Amino acid sequence: MNVTVLDRQPDTETQSQLGFVDCDVHPYTKSSADLDPFLSERWREHRRTIGARSRSPFSNAPNYPRMSPGTGMRMDSWPEDGSHPGSDLGLMRAQLLDAFGVAYGMMMPLLGRGGDERNVEFGAALCAAANDWQAAAWCDPEPRLKASVQITTEYTEAAIKEIEKRAGDRRFTQVMIPPRGLEPLGRRRYWPILEACAANGFPIALHLGGTSGHPSTGGGWPSFYHEEHPSYPQSKEALVTSLVIEGVFEHIPSLRVVLVEGGFAWLPSLSWRLDKHYKRLRAEVPHLKQLPSEYIRDHIWVSTQPIEEPERPQDLLATFEWIGWDRIMFSTDYPHWDQDDPRYAIKVPIPEVERQKLFRGNAMAFYGLD
Amino acid sequence: MPRHVVASVDEIAPGTCTIVSVAGREIGVFNVNRAFYALINRCPHEGAPLCRGRILGRFESDHPGEYRLTRQGEMLRCPWHGWEFDIKTGQSWCHPDSVKARTYQVTVVDGETLAKGPFVAETVSVTVERNYIVVEL
Amino acid sequence: MAVPAAGAIDCDIHPALPGTHVLVPFLDEYWRAHVLMRGLDRDDYGLAAVPANAPINVRPDWNPAKANAGTDPDLLRQQALDGFKTRFAICNVLHGAQAILSEDLSAAFCRAINDWVVAEYLDRDPRLRASIVVPMHSAELAAKEIERKAEDERFVQVLVLEMGELPLGRRQHWPIYRAAERHDLPIGIHAGSSFRHPPTNLGWPTYYLEDYVSWSTGFAGVLNSLISEGVFVEFPRLKVVLMESGVTWLPAWMWRANKTWRGIRAEVPWLEKSPADYAREHVRLTVQPFDGPPRADQLQRLLEEIDCDEMLLFATDYPHWHYDGADALPDGLSADLTRKILVDNALKTYPRLSS
Repeated sequence: MNVTVLDRQPDTETQSQLGFVDCDVHPYTKSSADLDPFLSERWREHRRTIGARSRSPFSNAPNYPRMSPGTGMRMDSWPEDGSHPGSDLGLMRAQLLDAFGVAYGMMMPLLGRGGDERNVEFGAALCAAANDWQAAAWCDPEPRLKASVQITTEYTEAAIKEIEKRAGDRRFTQVMIPPRGLEPLGRRRYWPILEACAANGFPIALHLGGTSGHPSTGGGWPSFYHEEHPSYPQSKEALVTSLVIEGVFEHIPSLRVVLVEGGFAWLPSLSWRLDKHYKRLRAEVPHLKQLPSEYIRDHIWVSTQPIEEPERPQDLLATFEWIGWDRIMFSTDYPHWDQDDPRYAIKVPIPEVERQKLFRGNAMAFYGLD
Repeated sequence: MPRHVVASVDEIAPGTCTIVSVAGREIGVFNVNRAFYALINRCPHEGAPLCRGRILGRFESDHPGEYRLTRQGEMLRCPWHGWEFDIKTGQSWCHPDSVKARTYQVTVVDGETLAKGPFVAETVSVTVERNYIVVEL
Repeated sequence: MAVPAAGAIDCDIHPALPGTHVLVPFLDEYWRAHVLMRGLDRDDYGLAAVPANAPINVRPDWNPAKANAGTDPDLLRQQALDGFKTRFAICNVLHGAQAILSEDLSAAFCRAINDWVVAEYLDRDPRLRASIVVPMHSAELAAKEIERKAEDERFVQVLVLEMGELPLGRRQHWPIYRAAERHDLPIGIHAGSSFRHPPTNLGWPTYYLEDYVSWSTGFAGVLNSLISEGVFVEFPRLKVVLMESGVTWLPAWMWRANKTWRGIRAEVPWLEKSPADYAREHVRLTVQPFDGPPRADQLQRLLEEIDCDEMLLFATDYPHWHYDGADALPDGLSADLTRKILVDNALKTYPRLSS
């Protein structure tokens, strides 16, 4: 880094104390051995020798290299000791939790990658370890941070066992399901897992990423990260479509879903499209008793990051209104490169009542944090 | 316009940026091939500490598959969302006419001239033997 | 809203092959012998992506009694052309020939389709025009077919499916775009898939309804590819027409594509302007289906967000079922925009229509 800050005058800018709930925070390990205390010797050995094997060409690099080091981290979030952004609780407090007076941060660990692991027993072990690690290394020293139950969707028994193990533990507020599984998430083979989430009082969080082995678009593998990054909304659209059309919400009426880091501007037009074509093809899906848009309104929440940036900022309000002011929850995505700053992310004034819902109220209710 | 002495010229090496605090705002002072420029340390996009970003050249191309690096050391890439800014003008790459980082007039003034005033030197002590970077707000 | 006047240009109708056997007379001697030997004339190469009898693909009053919809040229002329009093209609034959894995066989069938369309449709009605059906998985053979059929000015476009083996912007496809641009032919990209891959990046959905809904999502990937790869930089005169996409997904795509570009521009440094601006210049969309919002003010806002009156092209999408009667346009369009959608935009997009 070729920047020096000469300590001539203290920073006089006041930190705003917002008290918001951050629905997307990414803790990282300092090294891959950080999970070892939570793995059996068999899996420690396996990790050291065979290692992670997902459906992608590289052992440890993403399919699509990012534009900044550390798999796409904001460049000012590297701790002094050079360890990975998000791995230092002190810096996370300084840059996020204390800086903004965050009430709660919902952690979405993107490590271990148990959900992508082809050896499903190893994957289940990694998920359990990641869950133990969240609780011990983050929630216990920092009660503002809440954990997400990691599971692998391709090993049903282990997933259900892990969900049941964490049920009732108030450090865990949701189950984080890998969005890109082998099949769309609404397929029947995943219903036992979704049932277990609802039965144990957990909403599900569908964060982006994962390597299902399917190309990032229905038309094949793109060349560029410039295309991969906007393919995440495409995943979300397919997820919503699958969950709704397969009848998951008809079958599991108490299931609640939050879509994280997929944007949300696509949701109104997808809903219009689903409703329109459902009417023509309803004989194919007689198990649906409501319009798709009604299922969406009842069961789907969205987080705000990466905030949508219409060419006319006021169009953002119309989008929020369509989705529903009670369905939108603020997130930063700290410490990724495309994270949002709560002070500046939303470029259009929001009425105070709606602001409170978006930044705090909706998430407090959704996660049962009151 | 108040003129603030922020550093002596040898404190900011070529190809680097130093962030200084001037009248309550953070300003990044850049040495680009021995000429000095100043940008506010706040990205117009979402308020990131812009001047902590990477100093780069321009990644250009006329043709898919061809690549050209020009004007090395003249571009600043925001440490958050990667928006690229021309250090000399503050213009963003993508919206050069409408999105800019605030720039400040910078001059290099020798100590002897400065000693005659007027200037504001909050914590920089001026000696007549050296040259200084002066930022005008 | 019904089409208000005569003389519209219908940019998407679907004549359908009654069966593979109709192509046999149009195959050359070698391929005729080959196809007959293997009994391929008896195979049904209808696209799985477009089930012939699904309600959405067959409007009941456009359904002939004893055959699949779109297979009767007289009925097509009466219902699509006379029924809407259109001046021109562009035939887009959706057929599995484009999806056949053997490139040479694919090319042979595509050639036969194009010659069949001439004999059965273009020669029978001066209002009809057509897209050149090409073996989309072999750029070299596709370019050859474009060269062969471009001589006939009644071919006004090149047809590919939205989803193939590689995203449409990839350089492997560029011989197609080179040939098309040379002849001032837009690339018509129709909803659907050759199913080299599942239609979603999550894998294979269960229901046709899900596949159908996925076409709009897929077009976002198409535009990301065409633009990111620099197709419109390399081929500055090229236009593409997205057919049967749903339309209303477009503004959300624009916002996200532009946001992405502002941060990741350096990976694709040949882009000189925003993705949305490339789309406004090079991309057109047929208006059928139009996945419209429930309220008129929402439609108005959507059109303002698209911010380009030149993008939309009228289509009946005959014989697919997206509306009843002649109610082929969304309500609430201004007279000026309606005229552009019905006539002006098509004339600008398809230069051959004016010659």
